[in-house]
Amino acid sequence: MEITVNGEKHQVTADPEQSLLTVLRDHLGLTGAKYGCGEAQCGACTVLLDGKAARSCVTPLSSVKARAVTTVEGLEKDGKLHPVQEAFLAEDAMQCGYCITGMIMTGVSLMNRNPKPTESEIRRTFEGNVCRCGSHPRILAALRRAAASGEAGEAAKEGAE
Amino acid sequence: MPVQRPKTKKVKSTITVNGQEKEVEIEVLDIDASWGKPEDRKYVGTRLPRIDGYDKVTGRARYTFDINLPGMLSGAILRSPHAKARITAIDVEPAKRVPGVRSVLKLKDAGQLVLYAGDEIAALAADTPEIAEDALRAIKVTYEPLPFVVREDLARDSEAPRVLGNDRPNVEPGRLVERGDVAAAFAAAKATVEGEYYAQVRVHACLETHGHVVAYQDDGTVKVWASTQAVHGTADGFAEITGLPKDKVDVVCEHMGGGFGSKFGPGVEGRAAALLAKETGKPVKLLLDRRGEVESAGNSPSARMKVKIAGNADGTLAAVEAEGYGTGGIGGAGVTFPYPVYQVPNVKVKQDTVRTNLGPSNAMRAPGHPQGSFLMESAVDELAYALGVDPLEFRLKNDPFPIRQAEYKLGAERLGWAQKFNKTPGKGAGPVLTGVGVAAATWGGGGGGGSLCDVKIAQDGSVVVELGTQDLGTGTRTYMRAIVADELMLPLDKVRVKIGRSQYGFSGGSGGSTTTPSVAPAVKMAAMQAKFDFVTALAKSTGEDAEKLEWKPGGAISNGAKTLTWEDACKRLPSGGTSSRGEWVPSLAQGNIGGVQFAEVAVDRETGRVWVKRVVAVHDCGIIMNRLTLESQINGGVIQGLGFALTEDRIADRHTGRVLNANLEEYKVPGPWEMPEIDVILYEDPAAKGVSGMAESPVIPTAGAIANAVYNASGARVRSLPITPARVLAALGRVKGAQA
Repeated sequence: MEITVNGEKHQVTADPEQSLLTVLRDHLGLTGAKYGCGEAQCGACTVLLDGKAARSCVTPLSSVKARAVTTVEGLEKDGKLHPVQEAFLAEDAMQCGYCITGMIMTGVSLMNRNPKPTESEIRRTFEGNVCRCGSHPRILAALRRAAASGEAGEAAKEGAE
Repeated sequence: MPVQRPKTKKVKSTITVNGQEKEVEIEVLDIDASWGKPEDRKYVGTRLPRIDGYDKVTGRARYTFDINLPGMLSGAILRSPHAKARITAIDVEPAKRVPGVRSVLKLKDAGQLVLYAGDEIAALAADTPEIAEDALRAIKVTYEPLPFVVREDLARDSEAPRVLGNDRPNVEPGRLVERGDVAAAFAAAKATVEGEYYAQVRVHACLETHGHVVAYQDDGTVKVWASTQAVHGTADGFAEITGLPKDKVDVVCEHMGGGFGSKFGPGVEGRAAALLAKETGKPVKLLLDRRGEVESAGNSPSARMKVKIAGNADGTLAAVEAEGYGTGGIGGAGVTFPYPVYQVPNVKVKQDTVRTNLGPSNAMRAPGHPQGSFLMESAVDELAYALGVDPLEFRLKNDPFPIRQAEYKLGAERLGWAQKFNKTPGKGAGPVLTGVGVAAATWGGGGGGGSLCDVKIAQDGSVVVELGTQDLGTGTRTYMRAIVADELMLPLDKVRVKIGRSQYGFSGGSGGSTTTPSVAPAVKMAAMQAKFDFVTALAKSTGEDAEKLEWKPGGAISNGAKTLTWEDACKRLPSGGTSSRGEWVPSLAQGNIGGVQFAEVAVDRETGRVWVKRVVAVHDCGIIMNRLTLESQINGGVIQGLGFALTEDRIADRHTGRVLNANLEEYKVPGPWEMPEIDVILYEDPAAKGVSGMAESPVIPTAGAIANAVYNASGARVRSLPITPARVLAALGRVKGAQA
């Protein structure tokens, strides 16, 4: 089967019911998306499907055929981090870091559809992402920062073009 | 600045000459080390973004789960569906016949008992995770189910099924702790309050589950990637499992996704991975699934305690009498009580351990303290109100620790205690009322001896720091680099840090807030030694007098007349550069730290909902290594404490013995909606000489402060955690049946 990940086409030989997470991690070597629960409860596996957040652990390979998959590895453009990544760095919004790639993809998804989210939209967006170390105050601050900079909206436009 | 020469001192030592022991005097290094003045530190103690931030936001940071090796097999574990049973037969042959299965291993055999649902039965390795998972079902196990008990109150009954399946009773009586004269103190007291308090079982919920990748190498060594809090301890564990000497076991942990006390060694899953790798001759990756993680990888024990507490007319604590029990499944229980932030002259306390057919407890961030703190702080608070004393005043009167005395005042001012404290809790119009509460923490911590750090300087001017510790997300690498850069007066980017490998110098496990006070002193000593070795080597190469060489900012070396840049000086080193070792010294570390937290909450009296609006966390930190990561760690402690207070509860079904919420949906870790404003105040004791760890202290007092604030707001004294809406409503007398 052919799938498009981070703008590149890949031939994958796998069961169509195989989870996208396993295909990304074990077949394509893209380990940025993580296993946390396998039941779409923790958000560590979040990737983008056509620019929108999706839990890859419960997404069967067959459902992504004609869609653009973006993982955290695909956010960097021309050696420049995505504004949401930059904001996470600027706020030092991480401890162990295991949840952070999922947090970033969830944040990018929000910015793609709404570059100027309100506080409650930011909080609602992250409700399905677990951070056990307790980095939430900085994760929320990172999204506020990305929203305030306006660059995330620009990145979303570029991504859509 | 002149280079501080390591001084020597003479110590007595025993040597063996021709089979005879002789006592001799030998010279050893004796470096006078201190962290110096803040103005002498360019990086240490500032706000340093973590070194590995870039790797973490780009997905480049490698965790054990991310290791994929050629030919690697996937391991999986079959677990018992029964809370207690005898295995009557086990047949692994059908699983061996599943295409893609390479090896199957019995972890228990016929005749053996399983003691909890989730207990390990067998493990196997297969070509893919899906085959491994499927093939588990082909293992044929027949069980003779046996009576079990998972509720600690029911397990205490003398007629209850024996949890361990032998003659050992379920209740292991605790030692009676007694001092003073409790009866006399109660008789003379002005006020006495009594209550039964309960702190629930929690699980660690590490986002990266427990597990390893084990790969035997062609040279007879074994390499293990481990999600661990102890690379050296894990190497010891795998040496024992594999029968190899420790130097042939190479444990690697570049990054790990949370441990919180539960990841100190190979565990059953590590043993299984090693045996399967040996059997198949292929690398095996075995990480737990979420259910296995919750059922078997550890938990924090519960505590139920009947507490009677009394105070004198002068506002001092008179006596505490308590009796209770807790469960850690088939593991241990027991909490720190009476919680030692208060001086209590008369004490009589007994707590029993009650075994239940549930997975074993293990250490969880400040083991026994958050529970003990909640029980004590609730009872103390009730007593203060009964005496008619402001709960803050009561603490100032009864907590003699000087640092906390200062912290209470700082925190109260920041929170606005005087304005926000309700003299009459629960009084006010409207359904939503606000209030404030306070609680305190104490933690021993301090450094563990023995950390060995190496600093290597090469001819090209690069500096490498190596130490066999691990970074749990606290920023170990980041402060290690800062210490060396400060000591060598170099920019940060000149220094590279290598940790997370058992082949580097020894360092202990990351538990009990000991990592930083164990690691930082060794790094400092190694950097000082490196400076000395550097000028010694340089003097030898240039023919100068080492004593006359001065160390300048940027690592420039001056002999008074001429100055060499760092790069030029390094070029004059011998071809191998210099390699220097530093060892942990007690004078650079300290423990016995105190913290105080204030909570401001809103309680809806109609719905029972509690919102924590704000937490002011004042913590004594010793010499601060990195403010940015330290504040983040304190945030994390508060948030885990908030989960303990409001949302987290491992629930086992008494009828099936299964954990009902072995997932991340119904085991509710606090999320963005629960986030209060967290105001961290770092209390810098001017007398601090050493470095402290800050994992435990900030998680301890949060639940007590929140529970006390809930009362101050609404008049609802909720004595059981978590403080759910049903419990708030029950405490307000609005619903019947639920226990507050």
